[in-house]
Amino acid sequence: MSYSTIQFAKQVRISALEMVYQAKASHIASALSIADIVSVLYENILNIEPSNPRAPERDRFILSKGHACVAVYAALKQIGILTKDQLETYGEDFSWLMNHISHKVPGVEFSTGSLGHGLPVGVGKALAAKQGRHSWHVFVLLSDGEMDEGSNWEALMFAAHHKLSNITAIIDYNKLQSLTSIAETLGLEPLADKLRAFGAHVYEVDGHDHQQLIKVLSEKDSIGKPRVVVAHTTKGKGVSFMENEVKWHYKNPSHEELKRAILEIEGNDAQCIY
Amino acid sequence: MRNAFIKELVAAAEENNKIVLVVGDLGYGVVEPFSERFPDRFFNSGVAEQNMMGIASGLASEGCHVFVYSIANFPLFRCAEQIRNDVDYHGYAVTIVSVGGGVAYGNLGYSHHAVQDYSLVRSLPNMLIASPGDPNETTACIRYLLNNPQPSYLRLGKAGEPIINQLVSSNFQPGEWQEIYEAPNPIGTLLTTGAILETVNKIISNNNDLKEKWSISSLPLWSMKSKKVQIEHLKKYKKVITVEDHQLDGGFGSWLMEAAMQYDKDLISRIQIKALKPEIYNVVAKQSTLNKIGGLEDLFSF
Repeated sequence: MSYSTIQFAKQVRISALEMVYQAKASHIASALSIADIVSVLYENILNIEPSNPRAPERDRFILSKGHACVAVYAALKQIGILTKDQLETYGEDFSWLMNHISHKVPGVEFSTGSLGHGLPVGVGKALAAKQGRHSWHVFVLLSDGEMDEGSNWEALMFAAHHKLSNITAIIDYNKLQSLTSIAETLGLEPLADKLRAFGAHVYEVDGHDHQQLIKVLSEKDSIGKPRVVVAHTTKGKGVSFMENEVKWHYKNPSHEELKRAILEIEGNDAQCIY
Repeated sequence: MRNAFIKELVAAAEENNKIVLVVGDLGYGVVEPFSERFPDRFFNSGVAEQNMMGIASGLASEGCHVFVYSIANFPLFRCAEQIRNDVDYHGYAVTIVSVGGGVAYGNLGYSHHAVQDYSLVRSLPNMLIASPGDPNETTACIRYLLNNPQPSYLRLGKAGEPIINQLVSSNFQPGEWQEIYEAPNPIGTLLTTGAILETVNKIISNNNDLKEKWSISSLPLWSMKSKKVQIEHLKKYKKVITVEDHQLDGGFGSWLMEAAMQYDKDLISRIQIKALKPEIYNVVAKQSTLNKIGGLEDLFSF
């Protein structure tokens, strides 16, 4: 089952690298960190009709860490909502595909860029679904550094109070933030316990293990609580020299680095055009 | 005003099940007619304004017209970025309702004085400000917003304001001046927005000399988008004195001045601005005292 998501994720990583390289943009390590989560969501979990991205009964997905947008744009290409030509406009003047995720892109639910916005909005959507007795589910993908924002904790309290079991927050817990590690910036531990104390039903998974991700993200039993998946990840995952390196939050790859990165992801099957 | 607001909202919600009311743990004695009638469309976010505005955006993104009710600065400044990014940028139908505009909560101190609210809201390109001067204008503003759901800010006084605008235009549009009183030999008009209309009306009504010379106008709906249409209104008067219970910087008079600067520079010299003076910032006193210290009862000295 996960063979196709693994291929999907490889392609997401490669497209993300290509976009960031071409646009001389930042945040490649953040995108690689969520590539597996995003791939599993789009390939296995989200109920989305590529031919009708605004279908009323679709699942809602919000990328709250909007700076990692290339992973989502790449996934939208994989499922046929965006074309390769469109991806190539990433970061260009007047392109819809701006460097923080934009609702003007077909298939994108909500624009973010400043952290701490996605979860409250997702909770509002979950509330609307509950009020309207709709069966669609809300997924919000957050960064770990983003959990510094009080608005997320406000939203969790509200979701738990209103027993919103139709929302799943996924925290990309790669343990690095903008200047240094989470531990050295503003410690989050014990994160899972804190989330439980706020009323969430918490799962902890390896955020690069597709089987584990599919298992927890498929669960739709009525537990009467919002779900939070703490996904333990590696920032820059898949490209050895980008992993766990703060500088790849900002740096864009040189031509040589792009080639090396794609070869690492593709392995021996590499057909690198660069 | 707040009673006119809740009455209109309840009546509209009877017809439209997409109307939702979200409060930030405020509204005791005001919101009950709604919360009791529509408990499934009433949410108290608790004392958490960022989440309150985020939730409102999420509900509005799914087709609801969300009214967010709070007082003074509270639904604006703490959640300013949620209003900017989530509501205004996405163009969602969220109407932020604030009771206690200006220094209505005078004795409660600076934390409760909404004297920079226009400046925040009018800097956002899609927001419409609804700042009615009396209960009739409040009703008209709410009806306009219900018929034209959009990112918006409804600034109310408190309760018990008298009716002044007897003839709210039936075709009530943003940017349109309401002619409240026409002087027999006018040298100009006093253009107000918000509940300060009552003060201005009282000053003019009680002085025969002023009554002879000065008309009164009110502008309850205004925004960045309605600057251009100000020119045709401005041209009708040789002098326009704007009056607002807000600071000068970023306020209503400054907005009108910008409109003239952008679209007809010759009109700039016709405008004078009466806004709250900085002296009010370090004073705690009741509304009427603060408005007096702020210079709003002395309309003709600059």
